[in-house]
Amino acid sequence: MLKIGPYEFQSRLLLGTGKYPNFDIQRKAVEVSEAEILTFAVRRMNIFEPNQPNFLEQLDLTKYKLLPNTAGAKTAEEAVRIAKLAKASGLCDMVKVEVIGCDKTLLPDPVETLKATEMLLAEGFIVLPYTSDDVVLAKRLQELGCHAIMPGASPIGSGQGIINPLNLSFIIEQATVPVIVDAGVGSPADAALAMELGADGVLLNTAVAQAADPVKMAKAMSLAIEAGRLGYEAGRIPKKRYATASSPMEGMSVV
Amino acid sequence: MELIINGEVIRVPEHVQTVDGLLAHFQLNHKIAIVELNGNIIQKQEYQATALCNGDRVEIVHFVGGG
Repeated sequence: MLKIGPYEFQSRLLLGTGKYPNFDIQRKAVEVSEAEILTFAVRRMNIFEPNQPNFLEQLDLTKYKLLPNTAGAKTAEEAVRIAKLAKASGLCDMVKVEVIGCDKTLLPDPVETLKATEMLLAEGFIVLPYTSDDVVLAKRLQELGCHAIMPGASPIGSGQGIINPLNLSFIIEQATVPVIVDAGVGSPADAALAMELGADGVLLNTAVAQAADPVKMAKAMSLAIEAGRLGYEAGRIPKKRYATASSPMEGMSVV
Repeated sequence: MELIINGEVIRVPEHVQTVDGLLAHFQLNHKIAIVELNGNIIQKQEYQATALCNGDRVEIVHFVGGG
């Protein structure tokens, strides 16, 4: 059970809704992923095309919690504005703080992320900041009272997987709120590793949306996250330098 | 009157006087949309009572796919 603020979720997979080949594939991918939290971005509407299809309008909103992001914001103030716009829809009170500080790497601006988190908490939002894998920053965000910490595995959409498992494990060890690994996951193995390290969830988008078969990949990610979590809970064996026999040494039948 | 909607100068008919009327004019009243008027978010229950003036800056936003 994943608990974020007042909400409880069965699934530990949070799925992004961008960059799918089409709505039909996206709908099937969302369904098989069993994700209960879906991220969205807030953008200007094309007012001259009222009949343009919108993915959100095709969803059964009783089955999903919406997690709007503040993507596009470069300052805390811009992030707060986007979050408030999203909340005014009356459909959500959670927000993924995403304040990008570098256009090339899309890495988050730590100072603005911290500021935005503080401001949004004061406004009563359920706040999930997307952050780098900086251990001290994660601690500072937690001390502000954010409801989950979402460190990136590697740059957004890069598919490089977890490039600093050590930092990630430090963040997880010290966390008193859920840690959701967000961004950079490329394969089911990456997602499983995040969960084996003790993460509470994984947020991914591109790895599913841009896979050759997004529906199959959505299923694979769902299974990987479940497997990784079970493995974490089961407690893996320590690594040893030499072999230890699995079969007993006693009772050998000798001719 | 003329409004600046999503950054574009757009002329709307004289009968469009409120936020509610504006959304109806563009057939957006049944869409999941959020309206900001001159930097202030307008809550749905205020759409009917919120009057528009010539030169107002209106942002009409919605949710799109994102990660």
